[in-house]
This record gives sequence, structure tokens and C-alpha cells, in this order.
Amino acid sequence: MRDAPGTRDYDWWLLAILAAICALGVIEIYSATHASNLAGMHIKQIKWLIFGFAIMFALSRVDYHLILDQALILYVVCLIALGAVLVLGGSHFGARRWIRLFGQDFQVSELAKLIIIIVVARFFAEVRSDELDLRDLLKACMLVGVPLALILKQPDLGTAMVLMPMLAVGAFLAGLKWQHAAVFMLAGILLVGAVFYPPVSKHILKPYQRERITSFLHPEEDAKGSGYQLLQSKIAVGSGGFWGKGFGNGSQNQLGYIPVRYSDFIMSAWAEEQGFKGVLLALGLYMALLLRLVQNAQRAKDRAGMFLVMGVAAALGFHVLVNVAMVIGAMPVTGIPLPLMSYGGSATLFVFMAIGLVMNVRLRRFVN
Amino acid sequence: MSFSLRSDNRLPQTRLAVVSYIIVGMIGLLLLGFWKLQVIDSDKYGQMAELNRVRSIPIIAPRGRMLDRDGRVLVDNRPSFSVLLLRDDPKLVQQYLPAISEGLGLSLDDLHDQLENTRNLPKFQPIVIKPEASSADLDFIESHRSDIPVLEMLSVSRRRYLPNGFLAHATGYVGEASEQQIEASNGKLRPGDVVGKAGLERQYNEILMGTDGMRRVIVNSIGKEVDRLSQQDPIPGKQIQLTIDMDLQQVAEESLGQRPGAVVALDPRTGEVLAMVSRPTPDPNDFAVRISAKEWKELNEDPLKPLLNRAIQAQLAPGSVFKIVTATGMLEDHQIPESFTTYCPGYATFFGRQYHCYVYYAKSGPHAHGATNLHDAILKSCDVFFYTVGMKMGIDRLSYYGDKLGLGHKTGIDLPSEESGLMPSEEWVQRVFHRKWYAGEAISVAIGQGAVTTTPLQLARLIGGIASGGVFKQPHMLKDAQNVATESFPLREHTVESITEAMYGVVNEPGGTGGRLKLTGVELSGKSGTAQVIGYDKMTLVKKGSKFADNAWFVGYAPRRNPEICVAVLVQESGQHGGEAAGPVVRDIVKAYYDKKNRKAGTGTVTAQQLTPAPAKALATAPVVALKPEDASEPRPASTGQDQDHP
Repeated sequence: MRDAPGTRDYDWWLLAILAAICALGVIEIYSATHASNLAGMHIKQIKWLIFGFAIMFALSRVDYHLILDQALILYVVCLIALGAVLVLGGSHFGARRWIRLFGQDFQVSELAKLIIIIVVARFFAEVRSDELDLRDLLKACMLVGVPLALILKQPDLGTAMVLMPMLAVGAFLAGLKWQHAAVFMLAGILLVGAVFYPPVSKHILKPYQRERITSFLHPEEDAKGSGYQLLQSKIAVGSGGFWGKGFGNGSQNQLGYIPVRYSDFIMSAWAEEQGFKGVLLALGLYMALLLRLVQNAQRAKDRAGMFLVMGVAAALGFHVLVNVAMVIGAMPVTGIPLPLMSYGGSATLFVFMAIGLVMNVRLRRFVN
Repeated sequence: MSFSLRSDNRLPQTRLAVVSYIIVGMIGLLLLGFWKLQVIDSDKYGQMAELNRVRSIPIIAPRGRMLDRDGRVLVDNRPSFSVLLLRDDPKLVQQYLPAISEGLGLSLDDLHDQLENTRNLPKFQPIVIKPEASSADLDFIESHRSDIPVLEMLSVSRRRYLPNGFLAHATGYVGEASEQQIEASNGKLRPGDVVGKAGLERQYNEILMGTDGMRRVIVNSIGKEVDRLSQQDPIPGKQIQLTIDMDLQQVAEESLGQRPGAVVALDPRTGEVLAMVSRPTPDPNDFAVRISAKEWKELNEDPLKPLLNRAIQAQLAPGSVFKIVTATGMLEDHQIPESFTTYCPGYATFFGRQYHCYVYYAKSGPHAHGATNLHDAILKSCDVFFYTVGMKMGIDRLSYYGDKLGLGHKTGIDLPSEESGLMPSEEWVQRVFHRKWYAGEAISVAIGQGAVTTTPLQLARLIGGIASGGVFKQPHMLKDAQNVATESFPLREHTVESITEAMYGVVNEPGGTGGRLKLTGVELSGKSGTAQVIGYDKMTLVKKGSKFADNAWFVGYAPRRNPEICVAVLVQESGQHGGEAAGPVVRDIVKAYYDKKNRKAGTGTVTAQQLTPAPAKALATAPVVALKPEDASEPRPASTGQDQDHP
């Protein structure tokens, strides 16, 4: 029984894909900001990446079973932290999301995502039967529902939404019955319908959220708001053409027409300057990343590891889907960054910690 | 617990495989989305990106200057800024309208109106919302570039005219092109273009107006110009040199003062207009920016008609000045012997009606002229003599000579909206009133009353032409005018000698109506006129007020034969005799002319010549063409159309 896995057990392919995606991100952050007063942002991002890699390796050394054992404590800590943010947190743009720790602003909901992945994995791993019965399903929903409600309260619709695919993928792999799946889907459709149906949405969404929905549905009615952002993003992507305008040459990017071009809309800047060929490369890398995660899940030593890895895959996959769909104008603006390419400390650290969990599972697949 | 977690290794391989397929499908769908944008619709978005970043800003071409005959500047330009509203994005405009209204001190209603009025223009075309931006306005725009991205400054040049309405009616003024002008221009004019609206500005608009340039710049998302793509330089308008002599014009302006009336000074040898004044006058500088609908309405409805150029548009009875026409006709016709003499007891009776001579109402001295021949009749302006001559000649002959000497016709001066006046005839009453001519009417016409009306310019041309032996040069204001027309109505030497002798006498012989105008060393000659606004008979019935006071005329020239300068002066409703009210203005101008001429002869060369910038050379446009009068009823009050008026 080996308890200290060797370096050759790391998923070097996964690391290579990660590094490649990070490189694209740094390149585009540089291109988008070097000629503006934000110059130097790519250096900051590189620092976050280095920090992230370090945390990832650190996290991969601790046996994930030990982490799963602490799931209950983590869950309680998570709820307290989310509550604390609501009470004490710093307010940015009208939402309380940040808490100051060690002289740095942290977005607590990023940490919450990670903890919920662990909690959900632990919960489903303990389900004994091959099929998920209704009681367990409802329990799981409760488990995720409480932090989700707290995050919605901040309000941070984007992060709250990320919790749902974690639950959905977990439940699916835990043997969700098709009847329950149908009810799940129906509930999902109703929820989406409610969000897009003004008479209902005005009771459950904040004004700025409803505005985003409206401007997504009718971009021409929204002049400088998020409809404008979506339109400018589409113009950037479309004008890039197949071959792109070249590094540093995207007018939409360089002249600032793309909103937050270094962060949430970085894919838009990338698509403008690198064209469809660049998009092919970027989305190809993301697909490789996600499939590699699934492969790791398939080879996990036990159900717990599998759930952990798939929780990470669900979160990352959802991020990619929602962010990229927004960039091409197929989804409203939600404020979900593109993992590893978008500039941002908390978000980057979350991804690396999540990948750290995956590595952890991977390293222990032969350990008995 | 942890044991059970470690030991359970049942993995749902099938469901994991399903998740893989979902991942591949998801990426595939996203790629399809990119394919649609980047490959299928790429051109469309490419154009939109281009529209985003490229902004076209017009560079206004300055209008050509106007110089006087010595090259001194009469009209030029001054730099100024206009505030442009970019309307590409109507939502955005609506959003910022309140902030703009507050920042620039414009009323919100006004802005809404302007947007409404320009609704049909292409969206990419910015509109001017404040034509004359103050430095505070410019600061406001500059400091709000990022938060109010729909404002832009446009550097323009504005017309600068000399103050106090100097030469105002001749130069005219500019304004924004009216819809009719835009339509008629075959695409040369765009809304907001500044064009000549009246006077020389309108007559020579095509020469004076340049071609605007265009600057294509790259702007960033907050509207700041970051780079210049291309620049098409404006072609400035050409300057024109006028025949106006600024010195004489100055004297004419001052001498007429603020009395309503007109002055026109011609060089009969060439037809050059040396000075032209009309009173009252608006200040064309007021129109150079943008005149409000209210101010424009006031100007148009002012009973004093300040927009009327009286020198070419006032059609009034010429009074006794017309006696020169009657006298010329009498001498050329040979029906009446030259020695013809009447006795003037202060009145005459024709067809049982008494016609008074003005002398009958004289405040002092005799109330009759006594025995009067042609020379004395012109000298003293005896009405009875000319009643009798007119009676004998009949309207046909009077009308023939009036017509030949240029009455009832436009002179063809290079100004728009000239009026023709009226020389009545039998044919005319038949056509207009459908009645026969009454023989008695010729009696009034012979002394310049009744239906006959003339403009000051017509009288200057007429008197100058007769003194030149019947050679009439087309009056014009462009120095390098080509094809100046000459009309000839050769008069016998004896006729010219007799008439000019008499007109010389008017100023220089005792008893002449212009006796006080005598200038030493200058053969100033001329004829006065005191035209009734209503008949003498009725005058006694109403209380004498300025409303019915006489119009004073004096048309003078020098020297006696083949004059170099001829000046017609009208002082409206002065209540004074022509020689008293209008004569001194003529004298002042003629004196100034000779003073300057003598000064020039003394110093040899003229210094002003050296100051002269090169004038626009050999303009192809003949000055002969009078533009068609513009439609008086313009729908847009901000644009200025010449108000047509017939007094």
C-alpha cells in the first residue's frame, strides 16, 4: 500500500492542456490591455496562475478521502462564510460578494463552489443503491439549495447557477430515475420560463437582472446597457472572420468597444483577433480539458473520487458553456468568467483548487 | 464511514460516457455559433465594426471674402465652433438629452424639436444643436467625452460683416440652405449647409461657397479620436472684388444717416456701382449664426421693412426727376418747339380741373413761376410747364421715352430680386385695369406722379446715361465683370447739351432747386424730386404728419457732360424738398469722390493698390444674370428667404 504517489502519476496531459489555456488567456489579456491604462494586467494574471499551480499541487497531496471526511465541517464553514459576506462583506456594484482576507479581496462564493463540489460528492458517494430514490434526491436538493439561496441573496445569479449543474450531474451519475429527471427538467424549464416571463420575473429577479434578460431578448431596445454589450461582442466576434484581425489589431478590442474585454468577454477579444481558427483552438482545448476530466472520473478508484471529478467537470463545463454562449449573443450577460482565460484572482484560484481535487483523485487511483 | 467511501467502486460507466457525448455536443454547438458569426455573417459584422470605429467629420470650407475696389476687406470670416449631436443611436441620444440640455443651456423642448425636424435625415449625419459654442460649452463637451458620447465639436467659419449694417443690403447675408434650395441644387447642398440668402452672397454663392472637406477618424468606444484615417481638404470659396469704393460707401452711409431711404452711386462710364445704401438696415452679422424664428418674424413684419434693399427694390414715384424724361422726349420729338414757353400762375387747368404747381404752396416768396421756358422749368422744377408738355405729348410718347431710357425695366444689376418699377402706357391700363387711358393721366405722369414708379438705381442709370449722350451701361458690382451690357438710345447733341445745361443750372444757377449744393471746382449737376405720397389736394384735408410726408429725391452727377459719377438719393417721407433732404447726400458723395481723385492725382500711385490681395481672376459667370427670386413662403423659419415686398 503506497500512500505517497510519485510524480509520474500526475496527469501530465491535463496539465499541458491547462497550461495551454492559461497561455491563451495571458496572451489575450496582454493584447487587450497593453495599450491602455490597464497595462501590466497580464503580469498580475501570471502571478495568480503561479499561485494557482502551487495550490493545486498542495491540494493534490492531501488524500481526498480526508477532505471528504471533513465535508460536514466544510459545509457549515461555507454557510457561515456566505452569511458573513451578507452581513460584513464589501459591496461592489451593488452586490455583497467580497470579503477581505489577508489583505486581499476574496469572492467567497468561489470557495463555496468548491465546498459544494465536495459536499455533493460525499453525499452521492454514500448513496448505497444503484438508483437514486426520491428521498435522497430531495435531500441533495436541500443540501445545495441552502447555499444557493444565500448566494442568490448577495445577489450573484451567475455563481448560484453554477451550483445547479453540479447537483444535476451528480444526481444523474448517482442513478437518477428518468421520472425524476423529467420532473427536474420540467422544474428547470419552468424556472427558465419564469425568469424570461416578466410578470413572474419581477418577483424573483433584481431589476438589473431583469434588465439583462430584457436586453438579451431585445438588444436593440437597450442602448448602452447589456444589449449594447452583447451586440458589441457579436460585432467583435463576427468581424474577426475566419483568420482574425491579428494580435493587437482587433478594433473592437483595442478601442474598448468590447465590455470588460480582459475578463468576462475575453473570448470575444480572442475571437476578433484570432478568428475562427483561434476559436477552434480555444474550444478544442476546453473540450480536451473536459473530456480528460471525464476520463479521470472513469478511472477513479471509487465512487467518491468519481463524483468529485465530475463535480469539477460540471462546474467548469457550465462556466465554458454560459460564458461562450454569452460572447456569441446566445445567452444573456450573467457575469460568469471563462475559466483560466478571464482575468481574475478568486476565479483562477477556484479552478486550480478544483483541478487540484481532480489530480488528487488521479494520484490515488492505484492506491489501495 | 471512510471505509465505505473507499471500498465502493461501482462506477456508472454508461452515464459517464453520456456526459462525454454531451460535452462534445456542447462544444460543437458553440462552434456552430462561432461559424455563423465569423464565417457566414462575417462581412456584416465587419462593416458594423468599421462603422463603430470610423467617424466622418466635415471640415467646413470658408466662404470667399468680398473686397472693395481697392482690395479692402468688406466681408470676411471668423473662426467659431458649433456643437454637433451624433444621432447614430437614437436611444443613446434620448438618454443623454436632459444632461445635454442642462450642460449647454438649451431647452429640452428645443432639442426635441430639432430632432423631430431632422428625423428624415440619415442617422449617421450629425446635426448642429448649438451653432455658436461658448468656451464653457467646449469645456463641457471635452470633460464629458466619456459619459456623454454623443456630442462633438465642429470647427466652422462664420461670416463677418462690417458693423452697423455697412453695405448690408448689397452684400446680403447667409443662412442655412432651405429645402427648396437643397432640392434645386442637384445634390450639391446638404441640410445645414450655409448658403447666400440675399444680395451678393446669393448672387455669387457658387463662387463664394467652397467645397467642404471631410475627415475620417478612428474613435474609441468613448468617442475620443485616437487616429486619423484620411482627410479630404476643403476647397475654400473664391474671393470676389467689388466695384464698391469703401470710402464713398462710408460717406454715403454717414450722410444718409438713419433716415429711411437709399443711396446708389454709379460710374456711368462703366456701370460700376461705387456705393449702395438702404435704410433702415438689419445687421447681417445677426444672421451669420442662426436667427430665431421670432426674430425673423419680427424683421419680416417690421412696417419699416428693414430687409428691403430700397436702392433696387423701392418702387416709388420719381417726382420731378421724371421731368428729365419729359424734357428729353420733348426735345427729341420735335412736336413742340424748343422755344416753347408757358406762363405759370401757380396752377393750370386741364379738362376743367385745376392742377397746382408746387410753387403755389411755397411758404415764402412768389406763388407763381411766371413765364417759363424749358431751361427755367428744369431749373425751378415748374410743374405747369411740364403739365402742358405732357398734355401735348400724350402718354404714348412719354411712355416711349420712359421705356427707352430704362423705366419699367430691370437694370440687370447683379443682385437678386431687383424690381422693375412701372412706366404706365395705354396698353398697360388696358391690360391691368381693362379701361381706356384718360388723357388727364399723362399730365400727372409728366411730372413723375400718377402711376409711374422707379427705383433709385433706375434713376441713377437714367440721369447718368442721358448726360453720357444716351449710352447706358449695365450697373454691376463685380469688379472683373465680363459682358457688361451697353444699351444705346442715341440722343441728339443739342438735346444732351440743353438738358445737361439745365441740370448744371439746377445746382449752379441762381433760383435752381439745388442751389445750396454748389461745389467749387466740381461741375455738380442734377435734378431734384419731391414726390407726393398722396395728392396735394388731399394733403390739405389731412393733418400734416410724417406718414404722408413727401419723398425727397435728388439725382446728381459730375462733371456736366460724360459724368464719372452719378448718385441717386432717396429720403423717404422726410417732409422736405428733394434738394434739401437728398441733395446734400449727393453733394457729400461727389465731393468725397473728387477729394479722393485729387488726392490720388497728387500722390501718384495709390497705396491701397499695394495692399490688394490678388482678386479672384476672370470669373466666368456673367454678372448680368439676375437670379430668380426665391419663394417667399418658406416653411422653415430658421432658414432665411428674401422677403418679397412691393411698396
